[in-house]
Amino acid sequence: MTSEVKPLHQSKKQVEPAWTKELEAILDAYSKGGGNVEDLKKTNVATLVVSSNRVLLANEIPGIHFEAEELPQGVRALINVEPGAVIEKTVHLCFGMLPAEGIQEIIAEYNIGAGAKVEFLAHCTFPNAVRLTHLMNAKINVGQGARMAYKEAHYHGTTGGVEVVPKAEVNIEERAHYLATFSLTHGRLGKLEIDYDVTVGKNASAELVTKAYGFGDDQVIIKETLHLNGEGARGLTKTRAAVKENAKSEVYTTAEGNAPFARGHMDCTEIIQGNAIAKNVPVVIVRDERAQVTHEAAIGTVNHKELETLMARGLSQEEAVDIIIRGMLQE
Amino acid sequence: MNKELLVIENLTIKRNGHDILRNVHLKIQPGKIHGLLGLNGSGKSSLAYALMGCKGYEPDEGLIEFDGKEITHLPINERAKLGITLAWQEPARFEGLPVGVYLALGAKDRKKEAIESALEAVALPPAVYLKRPIDRTLSGGERKRIELAAVYLMQPRLAILDEPDSGIDMLSLSDVISLAKSMAKNGSAILLITHRDEMVEAADNASLMCRGTIIYHGTANEVREYFRKRCRIHSEKVDFQPVEKDMRVLP
Repeated sequence: MTSEVKPLHQSKKQVEPAWTKELEAILDAYSKGGGNVEDLKKTNVATLVVSSNRVLLANEIPGIHFEAEELPQGVRALINVEPGAVIEKTVHLCFGMLPAEGIQEIIAEYNIGAGAKVEFLAHCTFPNAVRLTHLMNAKINVGQGARMAYKEAHYHGTTGGVEVVPKAEVNIEERAHYLATFSLTHGRLGKLEIDYDVTVGKNASAELVTKAYGFGDDQVIIKETLHLNGEGARGLTKTRAAVKENAKSEVYTTAEGNAPFARGHMDCTEIIQGNAIAKNVPVVIVRDERAQVTHEAAIGTVNHKELETLMARGLSQEEAVDIIIRGMLQE
Repeated sequence: MNKELLVIENLTIKRNGHDILRNVHLKIQPGKIHGLLGLNGSGKSSLAYALMGCKGYEPDEGLIEFDGKEITHLPINERAKLGITLAWQEPARFEGLPVGVYLALGAKDRKKEAIESALEAVALPPAVYLKRPIDRTLSGGERKRIELAAVYLMQPRLAILDEPDSGIDMLSLSDVISLAKSMAKNGSAILLITHRDEMVEAADNASLMCRGTIIYHGTANEVREYFRKRCRIHSEKVDFQPVEKDMRVLP
């Protein structure tokens, strides 16, 4: 983070009038993507709303601080949670872009102090996208004994003209816990390329849960790496992808058991229909004889018995397939 | 007007040179429980799948009539819309699909009270199960009960219960039988498939199946008696040489 990053002290009432309409539009898109706008209006909820390269709304509450710098094509943000702070209500982040074309780059740094507890809900909305790129580069440090949950939900409109490239380097210190859930199951997916690299310390744990539903010519590429470096470190990647028509899904997961009693597991289920293609490449590396890493993968069409069971309740084949996929993606 | 709800005539399914089902004849009346008894591998589940219209069980010969309409080649969901449903012997798992949502899918009455009542009927506390996903966290017995509750909520005209007692402890068998009787009382015909002759006691009529065909029809007691004498003690003999002369057909 550079020294140019400035603290934000805007309250919701201080949104500049010129941006009011943009804020309304981005909140409308936020709502369409499954977000609850009412949560963003509460003064006791920490909130950060970014549209293109403008911070439209920022609300700090005790224990959490935002700093941000507007860049030519995006925003650089620093999010600090004080050591020991327990943020009771979910922190809401909204990153979006209303134009049909362009690039938005979010450079973010999250520092979660030792012993803190916080949950983020990030909504990324691009409702009008025709040719749009959203880049997210995040560095996350979860301090000793802290707990951080980061749930990210996307809405990309209906044209499929979005390229989303979220990258994160995550360090989880001793006894800390990190849960990341990425979900892109509404509207078109476009091209999604996730790249998460997570280092897990002594007796710490990480869970990476990714859900994506692609159709048309959508493409999803998921790369997740777990470095289980600390003694007793635990890590799980859970991937659920459904692709139909001409969509493609590629899942590359790596888990390294580098320390005594480290435990890792990679679990991938991909459902394909039509001309879609799904691929899963799990890599297991173990450098300590007391560590253990496992993986399981299932790729194929919808389970036949599940399908027939639902059809025996009177659902059409299409309805049954949709129920099964939505269930797998936990819609 | 035909008083039979279901009529199966000469149903034969051949796969890879083997007869899975061979010249099966069966009639079931509305509001009656019909037991289908047979040893493991005798073709009972195959008949259930063929009746439901499952993939891989399309008949080579014969016909199935339901309420006077031929349904031999109807797809599963069309049969379900006519009022036929199946409780699988080994119910499917559904990752992420909550029990309450699953039960509501085919239910005639989707009110919360009706769904809770169905769960209670299969001895599953609604507060514990309504929101649980039907995934690997549920045991086979729990999924079996949920399957029965789903069928009960459909209020089907014909419920095919494939080994409803398997995976369920002995103490709960009475719950299963009560449920079947309650459905029959409300007008549903029940095809109760089992390999345990004591289950057939709950039936009005019964048939005995062996090597892909039905070798005996009768009252529940007659079929139980026949099964005990010929299938339990001399099961291997019967399995290889069905006693054709003993075959009877219900009036």
